Amino acid sequence: MKPIIELIKELADKHGRNRHSLLPILQGVVEQERYLSEYSMIEIARELDIPATEVYGTATFYTFLDYKKMGKNIIRVCKTITCSMKGEKQILLAIEDMLKIKIGETTQDGLFSLLQTNCLGLCHKAPAMLINNEVYTDLTPEKIREILTMYMNRKDEGENNVN
Amino acid sequence: MGKNLKITINGATVEVEKGASILEAARQAGVIIPTLCYHKDLCVSGNCRVCVVELAGQKRLSPACATPCEEGMEVLTNSLKVRNSRKHIIELLLSEHNADCTSCYKNGKCELQSLASEYKIMNQDFINLIPYHNYTIDMFSPSIIKDDSKCIRCQRCVRTCAELQGVNALTMSYKGEHAKITTFFEKAMNDVVCTNCGQCINHCPTGALVEKNYIEEVWNAIADKTKHVVVQTAPAVRVGLGEELGFDPGERVTGKMVTALKRLGFDAVMDTDFTADLTIMEEGTELLTRLKKAIVDKDPNIKLPMATSCSPGWIKFIEHMYPEYLGNLSTCKSPQQMFGALVKTYYAKARNLDPANIISVSIMPCTAKKFEANRPEMHDSGYRDVDFVLTTRELAIMIKQAGIDFLKLEDSHYDRLMGESTGAGVIFGATGGVMEAALRTAYELVTGREVPFENLNINPVRGIEGIREATIKIENTLKEWSFLEGVELKCAIAHGLANAKIVMDEVKSGKANYHFIEFMACPGGCLGGGGQPLPTSPEIRARRAKAIYAEDAGMPLRKSHLNPEVVKIYKDFLVAPCGEMSHKLLHTKYTPRKRR
Repeated sequence: MKPIIELIKELADKHGRNRHSLLPILQGVVEQERYLSEYSMIEIARELDIPATEVYGTATFYTFLDYKKMGKNIIRVCKTITCSMKGEKQILLAIEDMLKIKIGETTQDGLFSLLQTNCLGLCHKAPAMLINNEVYTDLTPEKIREILTMYMNRKDEGENNVN
Repeated sequence: MGKNLKITINGATVEVEKGASILEAARQAGVIIPTLCYHKDLCVSGNCRVCVVELAGQKRLSPACATPCEEGMEVLTNSLKVRNSRKHIIELLLSEHNADCTSCYKNGKCELQSLASEYKIMNQDFINLIPYHNYTIDMFSPSIIKDDSKCIRCQRCVRTCAELQGVNALTMSYKGEHAKITTFFEKAMNDVVCTNCGQCINHCPTGALVEKNYIEEVWNAIADKTKHVVVQTAPAVRVGLGEELGFDPGERVTGKMVTALKRLGFDAVMDTDFTADLTIMEEGTELLTRLKKAIVDKDPNIKLPMATSCSPGWIKFIEHMYPEYLGNLSTCKSPQQMFGALVKTYYAKARNLDPANIISVSIMPCTAKKFEANRPEMHDSGYRDVDFVLTTRELAIMIKQAGIDFLKLEDSHYDRLMGESTGAGVIFGATGGVMEAALRTAYELVTGREVPFENLNINPVRGIEGIREATIKIENTLKEWSFLEGVELKCAIAHGLANAKIVMDEVKSGKANYHFIEFMACPGGCLGGGGQPLPTSPEIRARRAKAIYAEDAGMPLRKSHLNPEVVKIYKDFLVAPCGEMSHKLLHTKYTPRKRR
């Protein structure tokens, strides 16, 4: 992981230092950090020479730009009608039971955060969820346990360093 | 522009300039369309929708403020469709507004309240959403109270802070039902980059942003027989106060205001204009000393241009935005704080009073003055120099509460010792005024002659443009100032912090080589301050400015150094401008703050 300041400089070099480059830079920081801290927002504002409030206003507008500390893997379970009808509740229960967290919370080891999302456009394969950028469909509680175990094992293999 | 086009409004033909909005056309034709998010000082936003009108041939209603006129347009402003929609829009706004009007500070002054009254919104068809939001009130700032439950998200404050002030303390955060106006990370207003200028208050249509008022505290002080309560009134108050009490904008009410203050029960009514004159003596001397050190001694530590330090909004702004330039600020306190420091020393001594029993109150056109009086360094008299700061609006409330019929008051004069002023002190209330007052005195000090302008009116520094420049050539100096012979004194004036930013960036880049710059935080200077009567607009500010200059022209004395009480205070107490006593009581230092 790069220090945030370096990352922001790099992103600004790549996308430019004007207001239009704010979104890709925010996305770039979220990609690595999973969320936008107060510190990184101030640094982005400084780098682009725009007010910090503008960064905050933009970041809070977009659902996928989190501004509270998030776990390494962000689970977003679809909450819209089709998924809801096809067992979203059970999926959530299975995740909550396994990770011992509720919606909006992060596991103690910082590995998972659980959130809900609006329609992912995968109604034909409902219920669906996202883990980071990966899509998982036709979910059942069994499948949830398999998938989450896979993510947990990645940690054991050292691919999942949380700092 | 220039080319005219014709439209009809409610059947009547109106000829308007190309580019005009339907709203402007309607106002020109004498048709009133209600607005909320629209403000003449700001860019068009079109988010509140109360100005919707019907256009012939169009199914959807259009916002009048954001729709430009087109040739042949047929506009209906009062069709049934418009009426019903507008009523629904107001009802929807009210469903998300904490309409607890009787306990609201803005009761009677709220634009949403008057719209609701106009449209007789009696029924509540929409669910009141306020209980579903967990709103908190931010009361941490000594100047501004922010109550999100009264906010209608028109974003006038956001635009004000960004466009007029370039501060961006406020932003639109979140979205949909969660959308609200916040600071960075929803911190308290006094915890972020905010100058306390109060322009957001001046532009807020509801009670979401109001000044922190100290009315009860002042009433209590007046009622306390053991206290000697002294009040000072800033230059711009006398041209604004009348608006709250039945006069038209631009009416000077100096004498009536003094009578009213005496009737309220203040033990002494004196004038901030006196310390404005004193500021000129101190600041003028400081400028000439800096010029001498820079030109004659070639002292590299001398910072030029020198910037004025009267506006506390500007002071907080430079502390945040350009902390590396704090050395360029005049070390003079603002007239309010000079007055405060002198009341509990010079005045107390002269009147044989224990300063511990003096309560010093100031009436200011300003909310940043509340913060300034609260600064830890403003205790040079050994006590808090200014105890309570009231805005012009708060004074008007007190006058009404006291049952004083302001229109019928006779005039009276300020009390002696610190109540005398000159025209130079009065014009501190307008943009360019401090500059003009300083030039009148400094030029005369250096050359022994009056400034070479008719009737002492230095017109190049007056006006409403956001940034103005003037050059004054100094010729035939007195002997001791011969180093200034032939020097072209370069001055600049900026009002509105967005303009201050432009000038400071030029200074920073080295493009500007000014000697002296006057900065005022608010548009128009103090007369457009965040504590002045509502509403505000460029026209109203222009009328107040006219009144200020009329007040100046009508004064027997027009130059600060001629103020007999200023002469007396130097003789009896301060000894000399920028002397030891002055430095103890009248000068201050500044605090670098974070830019973000």
